[in-house]
Amino acid sequence: MTKNTIIQKPKKDRMFWIRTTISAVILIFLYYIALTTTDLTYRGSTLSPGALLQRLFWNPFFDDAVLEKVPEYIAYMIETLAIAYGGAVIGAILAIPFGFLAASNISKFSYIGKWILNAIRAFPEVMFAIIFVAAVGMGPFAGVLAIGINSIGMLGKLYSEVIESIDMSVLESFKANGAGRLQTIWYGVIPQIIPEFASYAIYRYEIDVRSSTVLGVVGAGGIGTPLIIAAMQRSWERVGMMLMIIIVVVSVIDFISSRIRRRLV
Amino acid sequence: MIEFKNVSLTYPNGHQGLKNVNLKINDGEFIVVVGLSGAGKSTLIRSINQLVKPTEGELIINGKDTLKCNERQLKEVRRNIGMIFQSYNLVKRMSVLRNVLTGSLGRTGTFKSLFGLFSNEDKELAMGSLARVGIDDKAYRRADQLSGGQQQRVSIARALTQKPNVILADEPVASLDPPTSHTVMKDLKKINKEDGITTIINLHFIDMAMEYADRIIGMREGEVVFDGPVSEVSEKTFEEIYGRPIKEDDIIGAE
Amino acid sequence: MSKQKNKTSVDNGNIAVFHSKTKVTITYILIIVIGLYIASAFYTEAYPNLIIAGMPVVIDFVIYDFFPPNLKYISTVMKALIETWNMALLSTTLSVIFALPISFLAAANINKNKVFYQIVRFILNIIRTIPELILAVLLVAFMGIGVISGIGALFIFSLGILAKLISETIEAIDPNPLEAIRATGANTIQVIRYAVIPQILPQYTSYALYVLEINVRASVILGFVGAGGIGIILKQQTSLFNYGNVSTIILMTFIAVTIIDFVSSRVRERLL
Repeated sequence: MTKNTIIQKPKKDRMFWIRTTISAVILIFLYYIALTTTDLTYRGSTLSPGALLQRLFWNPFFDDAVLEKVPEYIAYMIETLAIAYGGAVIGAILAIPFGFLAASNISKFSYIGKWILNAIRAFPEVMFAIIFVAAVGMGPFAGVLAIGINSIGMLGKLYSEVIESIDMSVLESFKANGAGRLQTIWYGVIPQIIPEFASYAIYRYEIDVRSSTVLGVVGAGGIGTPLIIAAMQRSWERVGMMLMIIIVVVSVIDFISSRIRRRLV
Repeated sequence: MIEFKNVSLTYPNGHQGLKNVNLKINDGEFIVVVGLSGAGKSTLIRSINQLVKPTEGELIINGKDTLKCNERQLKEVRRNIGMIFQSYNLVKRMSVLRNVLTGSLGRTGTFKSLFGLFSNEDKELAMGSLARVGIDDKAYRRADQLSGGQQQRVSIARALTQKPNVILADEPVASLDPPTSHTVMKDLKKINKEDGITTIINLHFIDMAMEYADRIIGMREGEVVFDGPVSEVSEKTFEEIYGRPIKEDDIIGAE
Repeated sequence: MSKQKNKTSVDNGNIAVFHSKTKVTITYILIIVIGLYIASAFYTEAYPNLIIAGMPVVIDFVIYDFFPPNLKYISTVMKALIETWNMALLSTTLSVIFALPISFLAAANINKNKVFYQIVRFILNIIRTIPELILAVLLVAFMGIGVISGIGALFIFSLGILAKLISETIEAIDPNPLEAIRATGANTIQVIRYAVIPQILPQYTSYALYVLEINVRASVILGFVGAGGIGIILKQQTSLFNYGNVSTIILMTFIAVTIIDFVSSRVRERLL
């Protein structure tokens, strides 16, 4: 006879059950509230989905009034790209000092730096746009500012992480040579981090282009503005044409961006 | 009985993994396949349960040409063949017992297996298999908490739970230290003797092959260059199979 | 002295620190980057000097018009925030459920049919390209004004993101257990259940929380186009120039988003 003992399945300890029960209760509570307090009425529209899709994506090609506007829409799209680019460049440059400020291995005040960056990042970009539109008026200028500030937040945090992760021994060897702080940074830090910085900045551009299409809706310039106007007027042919332009342009940008980034890192 | 009839395997890039292999493997034999890396040992073994598929010939298992099987028939064939891998291939985050129970998936309905509802019979069989390899006390541990040798024994238990007719082992001890390797080989030999399960093992340690095998198949460049009982085998035979003198790496040493 | 023309950087006795080819490439890149910037500045009339000049204007504005926030408005905002949160929660739940089967189809090691795989990936890419606000516009057109359109829009939007992330996790799993379980004669569903799912579960829940965060942010403005949530009153108050109320909305949203992000990242930490 082999073993006489029965292998006991280990009893999950009390802590496990307490935690599970609490989590389950919280989840049930949340879902209960969600389902009872939201107004889930389906109002529907006068159009059937099929008809709508047709008006969006098929008809525009045959509608002269819409086709005439295509150059105008492309111009708006270019404006969107320009807004994203201007904001991204400013953000990329201005984020650099913030990145250093928030890096714990370079700056003594990294807490403040991190806190500022986190605050910026917690703010939904659209809200920045609304504020800027209210402050400087509608138009692309507000958009550039909004994207710029948002980029500072995102890029600044990533810059600080990259800086924190660099090989400190390189810095030490520089210090041993008697190099000053600035020289240390220039020759020791920057060469290590440029490819990663550039790659992430280009990735941000992809996202910024998407954002700036949306910012137009609140008046910050770009294709979002004519888009929301056309949507309000229910001119689905125009909406569809603009949508298709957006999709094509964003896909192209994504493609180019990932090609460049692959060659960088 | 497993029979290879003029089996060849040509890869899409033209490389030949198996060249015109003819073998007859009887039930209950304990066979060790030897040869240098790339000689085709792994390809030979994996052809049996079609983890790789030969491109020519017939591979007859218990009267059926498995190369002509469809998906469903193939699953049945595989159910009867247990396999042990060099890297144990356990699901790391699952418990040992669950890993062993996956051996019975072939005969558990899809719906039940989704919810982990294995039959009591299978659960007892799984525990029993673990006891046979001596690690039933670790049944509820996570698989990645065990040592290499223990994980390999779990995978033997998993193979046993399939109630197989054949057990294949692809370099089962290559990642283990010598004492543990001998334990695993002893377990496999014991199972072969007690259950009469046909056992085919890949090894690259020649002393181990000579110690445990009943029959040795030597491969070189995809061809069978030796096939005979272990009594006819000596170090010289290996030199012929390998095509070069024996080196230190080829010997695992005593326990 | 032998000629050393090709790769070394010895040049007239001056040893260059950087290879001259690198210098040329960098110069080209800089020219392109700056050139594009100048072009964009002209196009948007967002000249750098204006931006520098503009910042004080913005700060002034913020200080004078946005402070103090209108505290009486808080209860209205709370209701709207809860609605926004619910929208995010429900849509995340839906997409978490539906993303699993779809991500299997989008994983090259599970969906071996090359054509089908490419089609699924293509559709997912298109979905991810469409900004969430536009999805909301479309859904409002389909389903009318209200929270339900917002949930639908967020569902589709996060489905694209989640399916891509999970499919990448699936493609990165250790194939060995898969091989082993397949070798026991299990069928595909069993292989997935026992070899794939245990490997992806922690990442899955982590991504689910990440998507929840994204949805919360996105849900903030969906109201602008009628899809429910806090965007409705935000738009309303902005157009009425009630900046006191607007700042209440913004501040409370900011606090809410921060809290949610914080809780979510804590939970994610404990998971992984």
